[in-house]
Amino acid sequence: MTATAAGGPTAPAEHVVDIQDLHVSFATDAGTVRAVRGVSLQVAPGEVLAVVGESGSGKTVTARTILGLLPETATTQGAVLLTRNDGAATHDVTALTGNQLRSVRGRDVAMVFQEPGSVLNPVYPVGWQIMEGLRAHQDLTRAEAREAAIEVLRRVGIPEPEHRVDHYPHQFSGGQKQRIVIAQALVLNPGLIVADEPTTALDVTVQAEILELLRSLPRDLGSAVVLITHNMGVVADLADRVAVMYDGEIVEQAEVRELFTNAQHPYTRALLDAVPRIGTGGLRERHVPDESVTPVVEARDLRIVYPGRFREPDFVAVDGVDLTIRPGEVLGLVGESGSGKTTIGRAIAGLTPVSSGSLRVLGVELNGAREKHFRPARSRIGFVFQDPATSFNPLLTIAQCVAEPLVVHGRAGDPREARPRVDELLEAVQLPAAFGDRYPHELSGGQRQRASLARALALDPELLIADEPTSALDVSVQARVLDLFARLQAELGFACLFISHDLAVVDLLADRIAVLHRGVLVEEGTGEQVLGAPRHAYTQRLLASLPVPDPDEQADRREQWRSLR
Amino acid sequence: MTTTTVTVPRPARPSLWRRLPVVHQLRASVGLQRGMLVTGLVLTGVFVLVAAFAPLLAPYGFNQLSADGQAFGAQQPPSAQHWLGTTVGGYDVLSRTIFGARTAFLVIVAGVLLSIFIGIAIGLLSGYFGGWIDRVLVVLADAIYAFPSLLLAILAAIVISGGQSSMWGGIMAAAISITVVFIPQYFRVIRAEAVRIKAEPFVESARVVGTGHLRIMTRHVLRNSTRTLPLILTLNCSEAILTLAGLGFLGFGIEPTSAAEWGYDLNKSLADVTSGIWWTAIPPGVAIVLTVLGVTLVGESLNDLADPRLRNRRRAGRVPADAVGGASVVPGGVITAGAEGIDGLSAFEGSDPVLDVFEDALEHPQAARAADPLESPFPAASDDAGTPDGDRA
Repeated sequence: MTATAAGGPTAPAEHVVDIQDLHVSFATDAGTVRAVRGVSLQVAPGEVLAVVGESGSGKTVTARTILGLLPETATTQGAVLLTRNDGAATHDVTALTGNQLRSVRGRDVAMVFQEPGSVLNPVYPVGWQIMEGLRAHQDLTRAEAREAAIEVLRRVGIPEPEHRVDHYPHQFSGGQKQRIVIAQALVLNPGLIVADEPTTALDVTVQAEILELLRSLPRDLGSAVVLITHNMGVVADLADRVAVMYDGEIVEQAEVRELFTNAQHPYTRALLDAVPRIGTGGLRERHVPDESVTPVVEARDLRIVYPGRFREPDFVAVDGVDLTIRPGEVLGLVGESGSGKTTIGRAIAGLTPVSSGSLRVLGVELNGAREKHFRPARSRIGFVFQDPATSFNPLLTIAQCVAEPLVVHGRAGDPREARPRVDELLEAVQLPAAFGDRYPHELSGGQRQRASLARALALDPELLIADEPTSALDVSVQARVLDLFARLQAELGFACLFISHDLAVVDLLADRIAVLHRGVLVEEGTGEQVLGAPRHAYTQRLLASLPVPDPDEQADRREQWRSLR
Repeated sequence: MTTTTVTVPRPARPSLWRRLPVVHQLRASVGLQRGMLVTGLVLTGVFVLVAAFAPLLAPYGFNQLSADGQAFGAQQPPSAQHWLGTTVGGYDVLSRTIFGARTAFLVIVAGVLLSIFIGIAIGLLSGYFGGWIDRVLVVLADAIYAFPSLLLAILAAIVISGGQSSMWGGIMAAAISITVVFIPQYFRVIRAEAVRIKAEPFVESARVVGTGHLRIMTRHVLRNSTRTLPLILTLNCSEAILTLAGLGFLGFGIEPTSAAEWGYDLNKSLADVTSGIWWTAIPPGVAIVLTVLGVTLVGESLNDLADPRLRNRRRAGRVPADAVGGASVVPGGVITAGAEGIDGLSAFEGSDPVLDVFEDALEHPQAARAADPLESPFPAASDDAGTPDGDRA
């Protein structure tokens, strides 16, 4: 099936894109991997279709097929019928090559990528990059192209577009960069925009603004949007229709309200159940701290400053924070990127030096402390890193990695001697002991993060620092890890600093929540206080920006968010 | 959720033989890249065998001038007694070419052994600790780069042998000069890797635990920074051969009575070329070209095969929709969980590493390096599934 209806004008197409029985296989060293099998999808003009699924479900591959953006190793079967933006013709993208494909991209279908920082070329002004796409398709003079670029920048909400069109990508914030990427996609007025995780790399308050922009596209321009995402909140906020993908197949397709209220497929139901929501109660009983006990961590007017480079001012990452964690208590630390939450965690673990103020961890003053004095305390601290992939030495087996703290602190002579304790730990985090003989890359992300938890607990720590332990995981896996975490905390009773950008996740676990904004602690209290009745304007905005996985509730929240803006 | 005691079969790990550096790459290669690698391996193999069995293969000794009391004669054309004729000095060309492999091999071994340990040690120290030691060493390495290696070799030759050229004098002169030039190469590679790896979370996690510097350096940093060494090693081998030949050609080589040396023979055959005597120049010249070519081909192919963006693969066959056995991309395979909620979904996390294609891709350093976001996840990932030592060679 190749280009059809090349001749006279036809009736307006029913679908912008019509994917028919698509199969995509990849050649890999381990043999052929079938990433997409038998997917059929239609997108009507002006419709927002969300394709959801967890990593490896084939959603990105499906979306990329619409633009013919698959690597050489891919073999495609089936048809992807794409309608021209003026409705004059329909092409089968899978059969197009070279020039034909180039003319289709941008004009009929455009793409918005996940990471705005790496999509824009840093050495060209943003206006030039928008004009580049324009001039590839239309015969425009420089001045006309510039006019069009300014116009489209205005449309996506960049202030002073006449002036900023000549700016370079680094002069824009992350959210603005994503607006520019969207402008790039919009400039030729394509009938379809494929947005692959357009807000995943952004902070939640910025995400809300980008979602607002994406929502206006079908309304103002009549473009259809295919939204690839794993975030059910984003789906509830934006989508008209939802296709749920699992293992390369579409398991369910429904209108958004229908899907959220009456999911048919067990996978969809499980996926929705796994999404953490605010105010649904914690995974563990709230611990009421005993005020008289000496705190495990006590920060007074803590300041952490990263020295600036030559002739640049110093960067104050943490500015006058007071913080207390008592034994057995879980403190959730919430903030957006750059708020200093990770820096605080690292300072407590002795990885980042304290600039001024006081930070006492397990009775050791860390301001000006020497490694020699802090080392004994290290055996009483566990640390779970954000990315389970890189926090294991790839050349050691899981058992050797988990045994490492035991060997270093002399509880065992070598990893083999520590094996009984390692097996015990692996069992505690629900990993079969046989997994100890595997290498880190042979485990899935969730398994690895559980092994990471086992390693952190190896020395029975009094304090556990968990830095975004679930943000690299899929929701169903995240739910399992959080559940395990809550149970182990209740069993072992360690104090914990739980760092996350996700309010809902923190709400599930923490006794108290502290909200950081640009290095300053703006609000602290129990989950009910902070999330139920936030006092600080920033907390209110943060809360209102968080999309909830329920279309109706999300519509209310959106109004609330608009009023706070 | 109860603790399940599932017996998980250990993933089938390929035999040690298949995980050996070159063998693994050979199996992973396809098409032209395989041809290059095989050619390189065959040439290198022939070189090593000839070097090892030179006394058995060569009809005469390298410094033999006569047999059965009868002199060979100078510049004799190829004949039944001398398959490749004799040189202007009256030596058998074939025998000298064969014995020349032995000298070249010794230079490679001595030069690489001397440089690799020092280079790695100071690279590791410099990269891990940083600070002023690092700055001084980097400047020093840059300064050494500015020296022509042949000049250093000449200096070393004079210092070591005092102008007298013995076999070991010549070999050590070449070896030491390439050592001086190669140390900065190993230093830079290991330093760059150490700088990168010391910022990795697994090193930080070791620091959080309170691991000492020495243990972090050896157990975590060094073992992860040797990935590119085989490549530099092969490339340096060919450079070592060229340096030795260059020394000999310039007249700083080894006397013909102490050892056979290709560069020396080439030098002595210069006059022959214009007088129509081809057999004295071509054999040592071809020997140099083939040896360097062989080793370089191995190095280049290893480089290409180690990089998922450069590695060729067989194309995916057209899989019929109802085909059985195609690898699933979802960890844990197709959903079978019923309505047990999250508990039922524990299967999602999977037990078969081969299926964790996507996750591993994102996490495997090499895959992460790949520029194309699609290219990295799929193909690069699965080649490591089940082979812990993956592309590390």
